[in-house]
Amino acid sequence: MPEYQNLFTRVQVRGPVPYPGTPMGTAQLLAGNAEREGKGTFVSLFGKIGDAQIGPVYLGTLGVLSLVFGFIAFEIIGLNMLASVNWDVVQFIRQLFWLALEPPSAEYGLRLPPLREGGWWIVAGFCLTVSILLWWARTYRRARALGMGTHVAWAFAAAIWLYLVLGFIRPVLMGSWSEAVPFGIFPHLDWTAAFSIRYGNLFYNPFHALSIVFLYGSTLLFAMHGATILALGRYGGEREIELVLDRGTAAERGALFWRWCMGFNATFESIHRWAWWFAVLCPLTGGIGILLTGTVVDNWYLWAVERHFAPAYPQLWAPVVDPALTTGAPR
Amino acid sequence: MSLTARVGLAFAAALCVAIVLLTFERPPIQASQVGFRGTAMEQVVNPRSQAVRLAANRLPEAPEAAGTDGERAHEIYENVQVLREVSVEQFGRIMQAMTEWIAPEQGCTYCHNPENLASDEVYTKVVARRMLQMTAHINADWTPHVGTTGVTCYTCHRGRPVPAAVWANTTLAQNGLQAPNGQNHPSLVANLSSLPLNPFTPFLEQDNQIRVISTAAHPATNPAGIKEAEWTYSLMMHMSQALGVNCTFCHNSRSFANWSGSPPARLTAWHGIRMVRDLNNDYVTPLTPLWVANPHGPPDAPRVARLGPDGDALKVNCATCHQGANRPFYGAPMLQDYPELRAVSLGPTRVVIPQ
Repeated sequence: MPEYQNLFTRVQVRGPVPYPGTPMGTAQLLAGNAEREGKGTFVSLFGKIGDAQIGPVYLGTLGVLSLVFGFIAFEIIGLNMLASVNWDVVQFIRQLFWLALEPPSAEYGLRLPPLREGGWWIVAGFCLTVSILLWWARTYRRARALGMGTHVAWAFAAAIWLYLVLGFIRPVLMGSWSEAVPFGIFPHLDWTAAFSIRYGNLFYNPFHALSIVFLYGSTLLFAMHGATILALGRYGGEREIELVLDRGTAAERGALFWRWCMGFNATFESIHRWAWWFAVLCPLTGGIGILLTGTVVDNWYLWAVERHFAPAYPQLWAPVVDPALTTGAPR
Repeated sequence: MSLTARVGLAFAAALCVAIVLLTFERPPIQASQVGFRGTAMEQVVNPRSQAVRLAANRLPEAPEAAGTDGERAHEIYENVQVLREVSVEQFGRIMQAMTEWIAPEQGCTYCHNPENLASDEVYTKVVARRMLQMTAHINADWTPHVGTTGVTCYTCHRGRPVPAAVWANTTLAQNGLQAPNGQNHPSLVANLSSLPLNPFTPFLEQDNQIRVISTAAHPATNPAGIKEAEWTYSLMMHMSQALGVNCTFCHNSRSFANWSGSPPARLTAWHGIRMVRDLNNDYVTPLTPLWVANPHGPPDAPRVARLGPDGDALKVNCATCHQGANRPFYGAPMLQDYPELRAVSLGPTRVVIPQ
């Protein structure tokens, strides 16, 4: 007799046939929408981490175009990386995490440089942006087609805001593509560190701080909420939407638990708004912080000193004088 | 659990163990506080790697001091140009010491023609003469960096004809699709990051601006961008690795640019950068024709490359002397035992090859 457990269940709940999806009457079909393709199937491996069912699939015009543009961007980035190791496949695999497609250098400003000197970065960035925006439109239209709210699309838009600030809006305001992020695994991380160094320590950027609050806050809320629901499983706590309207013993116990532990509890409805706003505010505030860097504030540490926001600490050694200020000092 | 799942799990576990063992540094990690509490001013050291560095930074025993009386070296020997004013006894002592420091296996013939010790026909003798002048120049004119501790040939050479840590221009892939940009490959000098592979040409040979951080809160006149910051970052990673220290050995944790709050070591390092630039431009690079003529060293010695892949000289960086220690030999004074090195004449030299 299989037993369904909340944390590490080995039971996969499946219908007799793959669920075809909510039937959508013609009235609900937006213009340009097609029917879903295929009947769907079960994949046992996927069932271990989620629903075992794959399909029916709906790609539609937006989805297909998004995949095409995404594929082009992926290929341009990958082929440029391969070219940077002189088409040596072994080196491509060994150095993959280090390789990158770098934006143009500052001398080109916002002009289109030769392809090999950053032009490919612009082409890849354009295709990737088109792909992402098309996928955003798809999430919006799929939600509408299912008669859902568009919360997922707007959450995705928050992430796109940060992406556009980093790769498009801020470089345009700075007047140079060279300020944008390279495509590459370690290179974009090194870029992040160099960004903080160049602009005088992002630690002192209040929007960076807010973004971190919402980032860590999101993980905390996610853990608290997920743990609460799992812990209430034996009382039917996973039926969250019903409990929003009709507060049963699961909701009562969860609420009481948090009041005992931290004096206050969210409701079964509001916890999802808490989580949504924390998650969405992470890239929104982060994007503002990036946008202000270099455009309004050039050295966040000095800005924080100016605003009496950076504390002064006692120093354990005599102050050092900048040797370059001495007359006749070498450069 | 099915066999496939078991095998898969075992494989995944083995992979995780391999990644942890191969990429993480095994503890213990000792942190010592060097600044005000709570400001993250600390030095992190692993005692195991520290023990290796300490062992690699031991001084050789100094031979008994030589008498300074009697005739001068140039009065007895022919073609003595830079060690003219030392006594004959001192001259023999420093020749012996240099052999031990630089070519212990090859001996005197590494630089000298055994038939005629005065001849300059072995090119390494000409190089050695210039290097003696370089050593004297460092000890006399670069005290802001080397203090009274000073340097000897051994500071860099440590028993090798070519010091262990040197640099040359990096040849990068030149493929049509992507122009080389000097970065985005594993950078050995920048702690295996993807930062620029060779920060030395712009900063330790040329005098490009290292400072990238603005000195005003709001945008004004700083032309540096993030790409420039990456080059500086790479140089700083090299310094950190070469000296075996963290950023906060020289920098204030809150503001890398701020001087008044920086530890005093930053001042020493600032002079060090200028010193290395001076040595590369005035002492090492001008010797390049000698190495071009002898790209693998003297004919009778084991073949060791004297030029980089681009045909330029092997040059000096921070690691050349420091070799993992924040002060070479952790500050143990060596120069004081070799007064001969202070007597080197800095005047122009000539090459004498008797026909």
